[in-house]
Amino acid sequence: MTGEGTAAAAPPLLTVEGLEARYGRARILAGLNLSVAPGEVVVLLGRNGAGKSTTLKAIMGLVPPAAGRVLFEGRDLAGEPPFRIARAGLGYVPEERRIFAGLTVRENIAVGMRPPPAGQSPGWTEERLFALFPSLGALRDRPAGRMSGGEQQMLAIARTLAGNPRLLLLDEPSEGLAPVVVERLAEAVRALRAEGLGVLLSEQNLRFAAAVGDRALILETGAIRWEGALSTVLADEALRARYLAV
Amino acid sequence: MDALILQALNGLASASSLFLVASGLTVIFGVSRIVNFAHGSLYMLGAYIGWTLVTRFAGDGSAGPLGFWGGVLLAALAVGLIGVAIEVLLLRRLYRAPELFPLLATFGVLLIVQDLALWIWGPQDLLGPRAPGLRGAAELPLLGLRFPRYELFLIVLGPVVLGLLWLLFHRTRFGVLVRAATEDREMVGALGVDQRALFTGVFFLGATLAGLAGALQLPRESVNLHMDLAVIVEAFVVVVVGGLGSLGGAFLAALLIGELHAFGILVFPRITLVLVFLVMAVVLVLRPHGLLGAAPASAAPVASLSPAAPVIRPAPALLRRLGYAALTLAFALPPFLGDYALGVLADLAIFTLFATSLHFLMGPGGMASFGHAAYFGIGAYAAALLAHHLAAPMAAGIALAPIAAGLAGLGFGWFCVRLSGVYSAMLTLAFAQIAWSVAFQWVEVTGGDNGILGVWPDAWARDQLVFTYLVLALCTGAAFLLLRAVHAPFGYALRALRDSEPRAAAIGIPAVLVRWLAFAFAAAMAGIAGALFAYGRGSVFPTLLAIPRSVDALLMVLLGGVQTVTGPIWGALAYAGLSEQLVRATDHWRLVLGLAIVVLVLFFPEGLAGAARRWWEPRMDASSART
Repeated sequence: MTGEGTAAAAPPLLTVEGLEARYGRARILAGLNLSVAPGEVVVLLGRNGAGKSTTLKAIMGLVPPAAGRVLFEGRDLAGEPPFRIARAGLGYVPEERRIFAGLTVRENIAVGMRPPPAGQSPGWTEERLFALFPSLGALRDRPAGRMSGGEQQMLAIARTLAGNPRLLLLDEPSEGLAPVVVERLAEAVRALRAEGLGVLLSEQNLRFAAAVGDRALILETGAIRWEGALSTVLADEALRARYLAV
Repeated sequence: MDALILQALNGLASASSLFLVASGLTVIFGVSRIVNFAHGSLYMLGAYIGWTLVTRFAGDGSAGPLGFWGGVLLAALAVGLIGVAIEVLLLRRLYRAPELFPLLATFGVLLIVQDLALWIWGPQDLLGPRAPGLRGAAELPLLGLRFPRYELFLIVLGPVVLGLLWLLFHRTRFGVLVRAATEDREMVGALGVDQRALFTGVFFLGATLAGLAGALQLPRESVNLHMDLAVIVEAFVVVVVGGLGSLGGAFLAALLIGELHAFGILVFPRITLVLVFLVMAVVLVLRPHGLLGAAPASAAPVASLSPAAPVIRPAPALLRRLGYAALTLAFALPPFLGDYALGVLADLAIFTLFATSLHFLMGPGGMASFGHAAYFGIGAYAAALLAHHLAAPMAAGIALAPIAAGLAGLGFGWFCVRLSGVYSAMLTLAFAQIAWSVAFQWVEVTGGDNGILGVWPDAWARDQLVFTYLVLALCTGAAFLLLRAVHAPFGYALRALRDSEPRAAAIGIPAVLVRWLAFAFAAAMAGIAGALFAYGRGSVFPTLLAIPRSVDALLMVLLGGVQTVTGPIWGALAYAGLSEQLVRATDHWRLVLGLAIVVLVLFFPEGLAGAARRWWEPRMDASSART
């Protein structure tokens, strides 16, 4: 393992220690450790089935962790119901997007809307979200089910941002999207990082990861096998062949 | 012409009441995925509480100090709070349980409320006062007809409530959250919304609407203890026809059913009930998710939290030996028993077969049937009709019963296996109600409510001991056939379909055909049980096909445990034994049975056999590890 010190100066926002998760008897996560600092984008890489999505779900409480701690700003959230974890300041954008198809864009955002905690400013408003994703603003009263995949992905992110999270869990946001849309998503993620948001991103698309990420973690069979700078992953073909090639 | 217009208006007035009940039911289902059997009880409580609030303080039948409208509104709110209590105390604990458990729990509540209402208000029908300001009839402009003012008020009320609900769901944060949770409640939670508050709010809303509908019936009809089941069946039909979770659909369906009743009375007075369920069946076949219902979102993953159903394995050897010992005992015991005990033993055997046949659908088949009594009853009626009209011998009756029930299963099942989940279950309920109303309304053939008497076994089997052995032999044989099928290739195919239909279909299992045959097979076996029951009792009545009988079967299966093969046997023994003793021991058997169901659902969600196995297996593993 190689250490990388870019964001290590700031105290981490999220620290995961020894996280385990199971589906029935199958152990999907086998004692995972990771941390994310404010303003840092950490990318989870790995093949299908490595446990990337389950990591995010276990952090969010959607898969109850079988063991381990999920420390967010020093508070252990493991075992709490998802709504409390969301209220603590974590935002989750699922791989399947899971927008509310029968609700309009504005109503989708309204479901996620929560005022920012005292002392944090400025909170996300509809206007600011539409400024970040201009194409959503043009469709604000359209039922979300009648939008393109890229627009639905932006809506899923905007809906989560409306709750003013300090850490964003993004599950394969670029999946199935046109390159030009992926580019726009990358811009948005960079803008969020600049605002000091921490991002834990699960991704298979190295181009997108390279466009937004700082640090990379490579997962295999539910454990972290390699940790280091994303640039190293991009440069080291042998590393990619070993852990990521299909 | 005038008569037709008046009839249409009557239909509209009924439709409004029906919509109030159904709207609450559909909203509750949409968010919580709970089919609330107790919704009819909330409606009935609205009527009773309304009656007390409106009349009690005056005593002379005129309105009390609250006035009519004050009493009605207060009753609605009181019922709303009762709904909250049911949600907080009971249903909240069951949101992660399999979908049938909340249904059973609410059926337990229905029984409890029936007994409490009987205890508080007595068995007699209660007459409410007329609504002040809306007495008598009004002249209708243009038409020149006179029509009761109160009915006109109801006609207007339906659309007004629909409009208010629309505003609530589109213009308030609560409403938007409810709509979002109807689509994907896990995601709503992940966005930081406390679902418990949402569920409680939805139950308050739904229960208040049911209570309002009940209280508003006071000027129209007497308050009685049968209101709950009568309205819940109709409300189910409306909700399913409209599309589960759809308010607009519920409104349309209420209009359709209301008018169907109004005109059905004129055109086909004898088969109004059949007509309603026939319409439901037609709608579901043409539009499997109801008039305005949407297919469940396929993007949302199947609840990742619920583990897959455990693999059904043959029971551990020791347990199996115990089972054989019990069976041997059942066969060895009869010569030492009196006639009454023999009758109980025969009943237990019959219920065991009945429960095992339903379990075949629910466990390995993964299909819920709310109307399994239909096939039990059709078997019984087939034998009885043969005996009554043709004086046929018992052997013919017992042979015809599974054929008749199996054919009915083929007919009804053809529709049911094409739908999924709750819709399929509702359709089974609808078909059972059709069968029930045929038995109830076709008096010339079935004797209607008077049933068919004199269905006795042939002379050789009339001795209770011989008859009991006959029943034991036939039920054991049929039950073994069902158990055997679970472990046969046919059973594998069925279980593969239950666990993953796309994967099973991809390896060449014909999904619809396998399910269809399983449905008919289970129906035929239930038919044998029904025929034996008819000969044991010497008579058949429409209650054999009624909802409570179907619920009996459900309870036996769930009491025993869906995921164990022998569960239904233990469930049938425990349940039939318990209810038999309860009915004899106490007048308040509904109360006790209802409480027992609630306790069972809360504390033994895997049933008796499941709990026994959970207790058993670690010990078996430990002992086999030592050797």
